[in-house]
Parts: sequence; structure tokens; C-alpha cells
Amino acid sequence: MTIALLLAAALAVACVVVVSLPFLREPEPESDALDELDPDERRRLALLEARDRALSALKELEFDHRTGTISDDDYRAQVGPLRREAATALQALQRDGPELPRKSFGEEGRPAGGRT
Amino acid sequence: MPELGRAALVVTLGLTVYALVAGLAAAHLGRRRLAQSAQNALTAAFFATVVASIVLLAALLRHDFSFAYVARTTSEALPTAYTISAFWGGQEGSLLLWLLVLTGFGAAAVRLNRKWARDLIVWVVPVFAGIAVFFSFLVVAVASPFVTQAAPPDGAGMTPSLQNPYMLAHPPLLYLGYVGLTVPFAFALGALLSGRLDERWLIATRRWTLFAWTALGIGQLLGAHWAYVEVGWGGYYAWDPVENAALMPWLVATAFLHSVMIQEKRGMLKVWNVLLVVLAFSLSLFGTFLTRSGVVNSIHAFTQSSIGPWFLAFIGVTVAVSLALVFWRLPQLRSPTKLESPISREAAFLYNNLLLLALCLAILWGVVYPMLSEAIRGEAVVLGRSYYDFFLRAFGLPLLLLMGIGPLIAWRRASLRSLITTFRWPTLVALATGVVLLVLGAGSSVPGLVAYTFSAFVGTTIVMEFARGTRARKALGAGSWPGAFSSLMARNRRRYGGYVVHASIVLLAIGVAGSSAFDSVAEAKLARGESLAIGGYTLVYRSLAERQSANATEIRATLDVRRGDKDLGTLEAGKNAYTIEQQVSNEVGIRSDKLTGEDLFVIAEQIDGDGSVYFRVFVKPLVNLIWLAGLVFLLGSAITLWPDRREQRRLVARAGEVGLPATR
Repeated sequence: MTIALLLAAALAVACVVVVSLPFLREPEPESDALDELDPDERRRLALLEARDRALSALKELEFDHRTGTISDDDYRAQVGPLRREAATALQALQRDGPELPRKSFGEEGRPAGGRT
Repeated sequence: MPELGRAALVVTLGLTVYALVAGLAAAHLGRRRLAQSAQNALTAAFFATVVASIVLLAALLRHDFSFAYVARTTSEALPTAYTISAFWGGQEGSLLLWLLVLTGFGAAAVRLNRKWARDLIVWVVPVFAGIAVFFSFLVVAVASPFVTQAAPPDGAGMTPSLQNPYMLAHPPLLYLGYVGLTVPFAFALGALLSGRLDERWLIATRRWTLFAWTALGIGQLLGAHWAYVEVGWGGYYAWDPVENAALMPWLVATAFLHSVMIQEKRGMLKVWNVLLVVLAFSLSLFGTFLTRSGVVNSIHAFTQSSIGPWFLAFIGVTVAVSLALVFWRLPQLRSPTKLESPISREAAFLYNNLLLLALCLAILWGVVYPMLSEAIRGEAVVLGRSYYDFFLRAFGLPLLLLMGIGPLIAWRRASLRSLITTFRWPTLVALATGVVLLVLGAGSSVPGLVAYTFSAFVGTTIVMEFARGTRARKALGAGSWPGAFSSLMARNRRRYGGYVVHASIVLLAIGVAGSSAFDSVAEAKLARGESLAIGGYTLVYRSLAERQSANATEIRATLDVRRGDKDLGTLEAGKNAYTIEQQVSNEVGIRSDKLTGEDLFVIAEQIDGDGSVYFRVFVKPLVNLIWLAGLVFLLGSAITLWPDRREQRRLVARAGEVGLPATR
């Protein structure tokens, strides 16, 4: 009973320490604001997604054409609009400004998408 | 040490409440340290739940019957493996397992995405925490596994049918599936709350969803095999509410895995996808409620259940909050693109979604109808097998066909000429298969014949897709044929892994059609030396023997099996009488033909004092393809789940372009 209570108390204290860590590590930080994407970065992210979507669709169209899933006529009818879509996204990105400088990246070097 | 277990769960509850409140405050006020603190609380909640789980596991292994849960679910004679499985064998333990997996998945998913999706994660944490508050409250206040009592000399033991190796894996896999669906739900709600409705929540949850879906699929198949070999009624799926409870979220998750591709490739169906995620999670809660509330055993048990009303209230709150958030964010969820043609791959996916959802809702109606009928008319009306079979045929067969049609149609639109070219071979093979099977006598079951014909169509499509893809890769300079095949798989794991999964569904369809539409059954009471004939087999009842195992008395009838003039050996079927549990189970005899996939399945229904036995015998053609489908399904899922380096590089580049760290 006593050991169990001691262990329970130790667990509770350890949890309180873990929860308090961010405040213990940085008692007086320069900034406590959340580092969020600003509206420009969010718009750029949307453009990048549109670009990748168009490029990926083009790639898949090319491959489906090669495999014979898509006929020559269908390929010709679709490739133009897809190229225009990709070009529009790329132009919008160029208009939006040069690539943003990378902020302090993690050192692990492993992409987030692959870790999920 | 029940005090430690109780205290650990109280700590978990405190931590999750803190993570919820602090997480919401941090997200709303934009406070970085408070957000990190809430994330830490979620991680700490996992470790506190681990402590509680260790206490329960230790009590089970020590046969500490002062724990009411241990006394109710185990006994001294219960083998160790089943003693461990008692952890999830009862209501309180299974809720603790839910909480353990939930906090573990939550902490891991948050940690893995906390940098590149940081503005999303701050809202995801309180969602996870909110769900964890509910489950930790249940195990602290409503259904605690740490209730103590004066220790009885022995426990009540475990239900005999649960004393099966499948029970070691089947329930935990279902729980991994159920709880795994919390991850896409939490991220979807986090995206709605934060307004960050870009692709990141989909990317962050894609593999979690696939993992949960795979676990649910394999868990159900293991459950079906358990029912087949252990329950002893001659089938593998009885449309039991508990079985349906796992099938429904799996069907919705299947719909989501298809429709999410339309969002990724065309930017469409954003509202639909969020709704599917909400529905899948709500159904996983509903499944846990059905399994654990007692409502499925008896309608009257519902009012006696301590957790039923809590679960229903939580499901209600979940659905209401989710729908309110979707409604709030509707302007941001509107798609910039529209469906260009009803004959396109995205349209095929949409039809697939509608059929999957229709099947799910039909099953849901079948599950809730007895409850509603009792509530309204005072009499529980159970919808039988014919109800479910009707909808399985009505929605399942078109779904099977769509699996073959989808890959043959181009994205956006397809011309008639293109369709004629791509559909030619699969259609010819399917028609030829249908005609041959009709000539061979398969017309005795029209749904069975249609299932085989459609399976031939889908099978041909899959083979063609691999063949054409490999040829195209070889033409692009991939070297040898094996090299081209390997390159094809490596370059598009999702697409070709998906086709492997489709192949598993074809095997499943053939196995189900063969074993249910073309099976045969014979029954007879036999004295020693008498025989029974069925489907070309002759079974001669030879002897009856009784033996003692660790926790049961086993009675086995031995039968000689012959097919024509060929001696196929012997088969044993009988019953186990469990001493402590005071229950009797059927122990079936199965002879599998590895070449044809056919099973000879024997049940000793009744054993009389004079040694005569009432046998029921089934011949189930192709039934083993169902279990083979499980292995192929696992292979396909593994291919799809495998990390794709090209995609990772693309995501790294994209993240870098907006100044996001691509890693943790």
C-alpha cells in the first residue's frame, strides 16, 4: 500500500515536471508567440500544392498514355489544359516572389510525409 | 497494487484534462510554451496509462483475484497466453487498452508532425486530449479495472470460445484499427478548428489511416477465421452486430482512402472527405459501444450497462461538434474544380464511395433496427441474414465490378473509343469465364455466377495494369523485366499496392461466393461403423474417445474420410467441457484441400450416451481463398504503406519553399 502510494506520488511529480518543462527551460523567452504561417506563406503553400497537383497529374497522364490506358486522342485533349494549369501555378509562384529563405530546419533531415 | 493502477489513471485523467484546456487556450491565444506543455501532457498521459496497464497485466499474471476484473475473466487453470488476452477480454480492460493505444497514437502522431504542421498540431492536441478525457473518465469513474474485493479461491475463468490463439491477435488488431481512426479524425478537426485546410492534414494522416484500415481488415479476417474454426456453426461471418461493428468503419475508411485521392489529384471532395473521416471515427466509437455496452447481447442489457449512455452521449457530441465545424468552414472547403465527366476515374471513385456508404448505412440500419423497434413497438425485431445478403449483392457486386472499371478509365474524362480499347480484353475474359462456368453448372446461383464473372473482369484488369506498366517501364529504360517490374512498384507504391489489395478482394469475393453460394451440407445421426456421403466424400464414423487437457475434458469422434476410392485419412470432431467455466464448446474437424481450396467441415452436434453422434457436415468450395486473401491484403497494404522516397523529397522541397522545417 505504502509503496504503491509512493510510486503513485513519484509518477504524479514526474508528470508535473514533464508538463512544466517548456516553462522551466524558458522562464523568460524572447517571444512566447506561436510560430505560425503568415497569410503570404499560406497562399504560397496553396500555390505549391496546386503546382504539385498539376505536375503529378501530367506525370500520371504521360504514364497512362504510355501504358495504353489513355488513347492518343484523349491524351491530346487532356495534356494541353494540364500543361496550362501547371504553367499558371508556376507563373503565380514566380509572381509571388522568389523562394522563401529556409528557416531553421531540423537537423534530422527526414521528411515529415514519410514519418506519418 | 490496485492503488497504483487507480492513481495512474487519475493522473492520466488530470493530464488529459490539462492537455485539453491548456491546448485550447494555447491555440486560441497563440502561446507557444503553453502549446508545448499541452503536447507534453499528452505524452505523459501515455506513460501514466502504461503504468496502469502494467499494474493490470501483473495482476492478471499473478492471478491476483483481489482484483474483481481478474477474478471475473481468468482462473488459476487458464493458460498464460489466454490470461494475458484477458486484458482485453472484459469491458474495463478493453477500455484501458483503448486509452493506452489512443494516448500512444496521439503522442506519436503529434510528435512526428509537430514542426512541419505546427500551426495545425496546436489544434490537434486538444482534440486528441478531448477524446482521451472521455476514455480516462470511463476507466476512472465508470468502469475501473482496479476495483478490489475479498479474493475468492479461484476466478470465474474465460469463456471457452475465447480460449483460442486467434483471440490473442484479433481483438488488439481491431482496437488498433478503431483507435487508429482517431488520428485522421483529430487532424481533420484540428484542420477545421485552425482553418489550415491545406493538404498537410491529409499527408500527416495518410499512413495512419492506411495502418488503421489494414489492422481493421486483418482483425476482421482473423475474427472470421476464429468463428470458422472455433465457434463451430459452419460459417465465418454471421452478420452479428459485433462483426458488423468492425465492418462499418472499415467500409467508410475504404471510401475515404479512395476519395482522398480525388482531393489530392483534383482538389475536389474536401467536405466529403472530412465527413467520411468523422463518420469512420464515430462508427469506431459506435463499434466499441456495441461490443462493450452489452446492447448486442440483449436489448435489456442496455439499461443495465454502465457505459452505454456515456458512449451514446459522446458519439452525439462528437457528431454534433464535427458537423458544426464543417458547416462553419464550408466556404473554405468549397472545391475550385468540378467533375468534368461522369465517365472518368474520379467519377468511378465517387460511385465506389456511394456504394460503400450505401452498404455501410444498410448494415447500420440492420444493427440499430432491433433497438429502434423495441423502443418504438416494445418488441425487438432482428433483421436476418437474408436482409444483409440482399444488400451485399445489391451494393457489393457493383463495387466489385467498379474495382475493375476504375483503373481502366482516365482521370477527368475518357472517350468512347478509348473505353472500347481498354475494356475489350477484360470484358472478353469475363464473358468467356461466365459462359464456361454456366456450362459447368455454376448457374445454380446467379449471384455466385455474377461474382465469378466480375472477379474475372477485375482480375484481368489487374494483370493488364501490371503487364502494361512493366512494359512501359521497360520501354523507358528500366533494363530487364524484373527490373522494370521493381521500378514500377517503387515509383508508384500507392497505385500498384492498391492493385494488390484489389487482387485480395477478388480472392475474397471468389472465396465467399464459392463457400456460400455453392456449398453443400448433410446431417445424420451415426452409430459406430455407419457412414455419410456428401459432395463426393464418404465419412465413416469409427470411434469416440475422451481425454483430459489442462482446463477441459475433450471428447472426440474419429471419422475415416474417403473420396471415391482414395483414402484421405481421418478427421476428428467433438466437444470440450470446461470444468471451471461450466461451459461446453464445439470443436470442429476441418480437412482442407490445398490444391482446390475446398474444405470438408465436420461438426459433432450431439454426442449421445450410447456413443452415437449427430453429425453436420459441410463441403465448402474455395473457402481457403478467403484466408489467402488476408495474406495478399497484408502484402498490398505493406507495399502501400512503405515510405516513398520520391514523394518524401517532393514534400521536403515544398515544405522548404514556405519556410517550414520538413522534419520534426
